[in-house]
Amino acid sequence: MTEFLQHVVNGVSLGTIYALIALGYTMVYGVLKLINFAHGDVYMVAAFSGFYIATGLGVRDDPTVGKAVAVFLGSMVVAGALGWAIERFAYRPLRNRPRLATLITAIGVSFLLEYGFQLPSLQAQGRSLEEVLRGWGWTVPGWFDALVTALPSTFPPGPTPRFFPEPFTRVDWTVLGGVHISNYDVVSFLVAFAFMLGLQWIVYRTRFGMAMRAVSFDPRVAGLMGIPVNRVISTTFVLGSVLAAVAALLVAGSRPRIDPIMGLMPGLKAFVAAVFGGIGNVPGAMLGGLVLGLAEEMVAGYTVSSFRDGIAFAILILVLLVRPEGLLGRVTVEKV
Amino acid sequence: MRAVRAMALLAASLALAACQGKKAEGDAPAKSAAAPAADKILVGHVGSMTGSEATFGQSTDQGIKLAIEQWNAKGGVKGKPITLRTYDSQGKPEEAAVAATRLVVNDKVNLLLGEVASSRSLAMAPVADGNGTPMITPSSTNPRVTKDKDKVRPFVFRVCFIDPFQGTVMAKFARNDRKIEKVAILRDVGNDYSMGLADYFLAKFKELGGTVVDDQSYKAGDQDFKAQLTAIKNKNPQAVYVPGYYTDVALIARQARELGMKQPLLGGDGWDSAKLFEIGGKAIEGSFYSNHYSPDDPSPRIQEFVKAYKARFGVVPDGLAAQGYDAAMVGFDAMNRAADGSGAAIRDAIGATKDYPGVTGIITIDANHDAVKPAVVLEVKDGKSVFITTVAP
Amino acid sequence: MERARLVLRSVAPFLVALPVLWFVQGSLASYTSFVAINIAVNVILAVSLNVVNGFTGQFSIGHAAFMAVGAYTAALVTTGLESLAIPGVPAAVSGQAVFLVALAVGMLAASVAGLVVGIPTLRLRGDYLAIVTLGFGEIIRVIIENTRVLGQATGISGLPACTNVVWAGMGVVLTVVMARRLLQSTQGRALLAIREDEVAAEAMGVDTVGWKVRAFVISAAFAGLAGALLVHKIQLVTPRMFTFVKSMEVVVMVVLGGMGSITGSIVAAAVLTIALETLQAADQYRMVIFSMLLIVLMLTRPSGLFGTREIWDVLPRWRRRRAPGEAP
Repeated sequence: MTEFLQHVVNGVSLGTIYALIALGYTMVYGVLKLINFAHGDVYMVAAFSGFYIATGLGVRDDPTVGKAVAVFLGSMVVAGALGWAIERFAYRPLRNRPRLATLITAIGVSFLLEYGFQLPSLQAQGRSLEEVLRGWGWTVPGWFDALVTALPSTFPPGPTPRFFPEPFTRVDWTVLGGVHISNYDVVSFLVAFAFMLGLQWIVYRTRFGMAMRAVSFDPRVAGLMGIPVNRVISTTFVLGSVLAAVAALLVAGSRPRIDPIMGLMPGLKAFVAAVFGGIGNVPGAMLGGLVLGLAEEMVAGYTVSSFRDGIAFAILILVLLVRPEGLLGRVTVEKV
Repeated sequence: MRAVRAMALLAASLALAACQGKKAEGDAPAKSAAAPAADKILVGHVGSMTGSEATFGQSTDQGIKLAIEQWNAKGGVKGKPITLRTYDSQGKPEEAAVAATRLVVNDKVNLLLGEVASSRSLAMAPVADGNGTPMITPSSTNPRVTKDKDKVRPFVFRVCFIDPFQGTVMAKFARNDRKIEKVAILRDVGNDYSMGLADYFLAKFKELGGTVVDDQSYKAGDQDFKAQLTAIKNKNPQAVYVPGYYTDVALIARQARELGMKQPLLGGDGWDSAKLFEIGGKAIEGSFYSNHYSPDDPSPRIQEFVKAYKARFGVVPDGLAAQGYDAAMVGFDAMNRAADGSGAAIRDAIGATKDYPGVTGIITIDANHDAVKPAVVLEVKDGKSVFITTVAP
Repeated sequence: MERARLVLRSVAPFLVALPVLWFVQGSLASYTSFVAINIAVNVILAVSLNVVNGFTGQFSIGHAAFMAVGAYTAALVTTGLESLAIPGVPAAVSGQAVFLVALAVGMLAASVAGLVVGIPTLRLRGDYLAIVTLGFGEIIRVIIENTRVLGQATGISGLPACTNVVWAGMGVVLTVVMARRLLQSTQGRALLAIREDEVAAEAMGVDTVGWKVRAFVISAAFAGLAGALLVHKIQLVTPRMFTFVKSMEVVVMVVLGGMGSITGSIVAAAVLTIALETLQAADQYRMVIFSMLLIVLMLTRPSGLFGTREIWDVLPRWRRRRAPGEAP
């Protein structure tokens, strides 16, 4: 029994990660019908900006509430700005083009962020440039050398994983005679749940949400009705990216290994979770994430763990065969 | 239907052809002695410079670079400077094979180095053999890299352990030294290194009278290992063998402690990195792993390497950097001894390597083209690896 | 007479290609021929995926799985029959015969896999279908990693190196002829109708379900061929070669070439393969440059290189532009 409860706790904790990322995914999809493959990489960038801010503030040696807030706010701002920029420069020019074109730029942006973050640091790059110049028999001027020294020595981080300092102190509780649960699990779940309610409120109870739904229904007509389509879409992207930042910090805080490709698999799983729950549907993303997390956990815990992903996907496929629109998705009737 | 007819036609026309590849493979080493460039020595490295395993490829590349710089500072091999050409495999076997072909055929390298993962070295090995270019892999541990079925690959060598040796070492240590009776295994199912170590550990541990109570697996890059760890915890083993890379092991150790598991973890040389202690923190304390060398070994050849590497790249070398360095060093040493610059001569010289004092141990190449060197078992104590014992091959 | 002409049209490309390929095979250095085989494999992948994604308008992101099925099946055949010598035939010829059998069996196995994946299309469309193909890809990989006969994570090494430029080139010709003939047939029209409007197609009496499944089966078979060719060049098959990333690379080629454009897929596959190879010189900046190239290409040619048209429609000087009503 204890083992089962522990699996439930672990599964919910894992599912919460998927849910947090899937919420951002589903927001963007709901408005643009676009699979934003770069979402997982916004998540990665957010984790790294949190890492840099935390390192700058010295969170590792002396964590305080103020610093934690600064880390969260800072990385939310960075992620939001990145989300805005991706939409503005990579997706908007293709908005009225075939949907798959945007998918390819999304993949392009995703690769760019992943591989860009794997490059050696700017300072190291400057040094190798100097070496190349010297190899050609040139003398490197002193000011250039000074400039290179002033460049950041840890950005981009390169492929080696980094340690992410805990933004707030981790507490592990033992409850019900041996079930281990930490404050990160609880906080993450509550945050995810709060976000789900908040997003649901935004989508169905505010003017902005109404505009979002109108854009989602038909962007052209929405524009004709006086809805600022571009602004609505940009805001949605910023919102989705901020959610990714929160997810990234909560995950990195409790699983303190961050690297440039950390967004790849969670992004993929979150996409699956979002589709599973009914893509574009906010509670569906939450539910999809939790079900996926629990399914993986139970498969790994009670059957052969090397089949973990395979069985999780098999369950998903079976469920989709029964409910082709996802768990909470609307049945769309195609009209001629 | 037309496709079928076309297929038949295709068959008929191709039946006239000889299996090109097979033939080339058989008689190529004879024409191997392609005249190398006279005034300099070119070394090729295939590594995963980008992609999910970039951290391993880049470490290896830096180790090789350091070795080359040190030889060039001494005046090069036989007075000729060494240059390095690195191609990226992106972590894909097919890319590794293309890159190796390019290095060997187009760039005409004198020595081919790489890859970290056995699956990619296996893709490169036929290229090296087929063109008669000696190849040294720094850290591919699968026996099949140097041995194709029963035949030793004529031009492929390695400077690292093979899976059977390292898996056996840890099984012996756990069973005989630590008197552990019940052990669980947690392996990386997508990684042949981890699978190989786990298989040989399992066999040896059972042979020595121990029981393996659970055999779980994960996938590199996973965030969450608690499902497997919870299952393992319930079986109550005395230790958990985790033959993975440090990138995952650090998180596994943390999550094991979070679940209240106090058992020591056991591992292999994939653990060797300062990052393990940084990310794993207190969780990794008291665990054991097998390795080529102990970084706190006071012997000058190790300390000088660590110092030079730190000065050059600003970080402490990990195990892969040390192996890349040794692979290059063994290669250059052999070239220096070789009768001439031909592939066959260098091959013979590498094969004759005996008691070479490398960073990762005293290396002797045996008849199977594998490195024979003792393994050490280290314990993690106060964020450092502490030497426990040496296990001879 | 008409029939003879049709037969000639499907056979002629092989008759022309064979001597050309023989000549090319003899004149290429082994590195160049390796790259050429890589291009050929990617062309086969892109053109075959185009049958599902381009012609039929379905969204499959699990092409690597079919490749894996074909590759492993063919590898099992060639390693299993390696010692087999057909009596009275020289060893080299029997090796080729075994390889041909291996390719055929690989294609067959992959098409069975295509059938398994195609059946869910009965109910799913769009992104839900994408998830099923993605999931299927993962399931195949997990099965391989857990099967001892298939070598688990290490895979099967020591395959005979049978693939050469001739084999790969003939594979390309076969695939392209298949795609071209398919597109121009009634069957192809049915696929295009499904792409343009599934409901309308169904109303017009097109067996949408049947054709979607058949598109998957055909596409999978040729993906299997590509996989089988690739692994018999590098003499190794491992699960790492058939990841999600590989599937996405093929999708990129199809979209970049233009959905439904055969020549577009060919050009895109060739351009991307050569670009990646050329960028080796850029060291660690390689993939960064590659991804920027991807973004810029897509921003400047949003419908792909040739849109849904073929190269001669885009470059009219090559051939008189067809009259509007006659366009394919």
